[in-house]
Amino acid sequence: DIDDVGHKYYLELVLEDVLDKDSTVNCTAEVLYHLGNKNIAPDVQFTIEGELKNADEADNIFYNRIKSLEKELVAENIPDSHGNVSPEMEPIRLLAWVASGYVIWQNSTENTKFQLAQIKHVKQVKRIDEYLEFDYVILLHEMVSQEIIPWQMTVLWHPQHGVQVTRDSRQPKHASE
Amino acid sequence: LQLDFWLAPRGPGYPVDIRVPFPSLQPLKAHLEANGVSYSIMIEDVQALVDHERTEMLRGRRRLPLSTNTFDYATYHSLDEIYAFMDLLVDENPNLVSKLEIGRSTENRPLYVLKFSRGGTNRPAIWIDTGIHSREWVTQASGVWFAKKIVLDHENDEGLASILNTMDIFLEIVTNPDGFVFTQTQNRMWRKTRSVNAGSTCIGVDPNRNWDAGFGGSGASKNPCSETYHGPYANSEPEVKAIVDFVKNHRNIKAFISIHSYSQLLLYPYGYTSTPVPDQKELHQVSKAAVTALSSLYGTNYKYGSIITTIYQASGGTIDWTYNQGIKYSFTFELRDTGRYGFLLPAKQIVPTAQETWLALKVIMQHARDHLY
Repeated sequence: DIDDVGHKYYLELVLEDVLDKDSTVNCTAEVLYHLGNKNIAPDVQFTIEGELKNADEADNIFYNRIKSLEKELVAENIPDSHGNVSPEMEPIRLLAWVASGYVIWQNSTENTKFQLAQIKHVKQVKRIDEYLEFDYVILLHEMVSQEIIPWQMTVLWHPQHGVQVTRDSRQPKHASE
Repeated sequence: LQLDFWLAPRGPGYPVDIRVPFPSLQPLKAHLEANGVSYSIMIEDVQALVDHERTEMLRGRRRLPLSTNTFDYATYHSLDEIYAFMDLLVDENPNLVSKLEIGRSTENRPLYVLKFSRGGTNRPAIWIDTGIHSREWVTQASGVWFAKKIVLDHENDEGLASILNTMDIFLEIVTNPDGFVFTQTQNRMWRKTRSVNAGSTCIGVDPNRNWDAGFGGSGASKNPCSETYHGPYANSEPEVKAIVDFVKNHRNIKAFISIHSYSQLLLYPYGYTSTPVPDQKELHQVSKAAVTALSSLYGTNYKYGSIITTIYQASGGTIDWTYNQGIKYSFTFELRDTGRYGFLLPAKQIVPTAQETWLALKVIMQHARDHLY
């Protein structure tokens, strides 16, 4: 408890490579949730002990594949109802997962717990520069309220320049419920 | 040109839809462009669409399995397929399994419970339910697997055989059939029942906030549009009322286990209050043993504790009510995973999930058998 400021949490965690369970890295972090104004994202400071695995090769393969598509990529329901993700869509899903981490961070309070539930829709946006751009509509599952929240996010990515979320907005629940 | 008009010409200013055979594409485009007629492509390849529809229709008419030995446990099934499975299981094992209808859902679907019994009259019993929240698909799928497992093991597995020598097992696989059908036809993420809420356009009540234990208190919503709406009054939902009536009429249920997903947790009461239950110590010990057994199979990590200290405050919950009815061994599971796939757990994880969960269920059932009260 930090008077007049908020609540600070000290965390020790282990990062595990999603694609290689034996590859782990220790991490320490400090998270400060601000008192009062719930519209400010929590402050996060972290230290990674060691190095994250290099993913350049896989990144470049994915980058080149998308760059060489004749038509812009369009897809929906990833995973599908049965949990299936086609191999071609797996990097699209991983990209959404990373980008949704940013959206989740910006919208988290001490009383929320968000998970990415599904990619409802993704559409590649043509760009003249070297970046890849994807327009996603994702579903976030908020554990405390149990709500499923549609969220739009525009994601920029380049193997050397990383991920950016340039625009994001909460969407109204669909009428067909 | 063999043009096939799907929307015939009506006059200037009205659109026309044409199916164009491949050889006529170029000539037609040239003709339209030469005459300044704008066009757009609505369907690029009609044949592809027709072929796809045909495959889908053939798949729908696939014959149902003729026995529970040819049933595919490693995939998700429709309500009809699960109900057919139940009938097959009873037909194949009439001396062990029977099917009871304990009520009807809001949309008038039958609510079925399978009873596994070696005889006796109103023996002390164990209750297991899956699928109370319809989007938690790994639970109904696991329920189907549990049913088959009981039938396979009831003679050769010492633990299970000794349980069934003294106790009955009741298993409700699709506790919320209306919600389940909705997740298959309209919205995969539907959680609640499908009851109509007076004065609101929003549908459904959270069946795990509708029980008479701290009903309407903190940890449920009074907004019908919310996923945790508790309903107009306790037991308003026929799906809940059916179980309440069953439990009250049976009078001899000793363990009650309600299964959810996801988060990998084993929980005991209370959710509506932070006051610990009198049997806290014992329930905590049993949970520990159950979780240890579960992890032993594939290393899956579970946390355990009371609902309110482990997950969040939730009022009107199932096992709070069952515990207050005197059913000491009241537990809730939250199955795989921890968020990577969440509700959309890949089908190939169904059987491993069911297998490891069964080990935990056996620990709880055996403890109940050894500590009857």
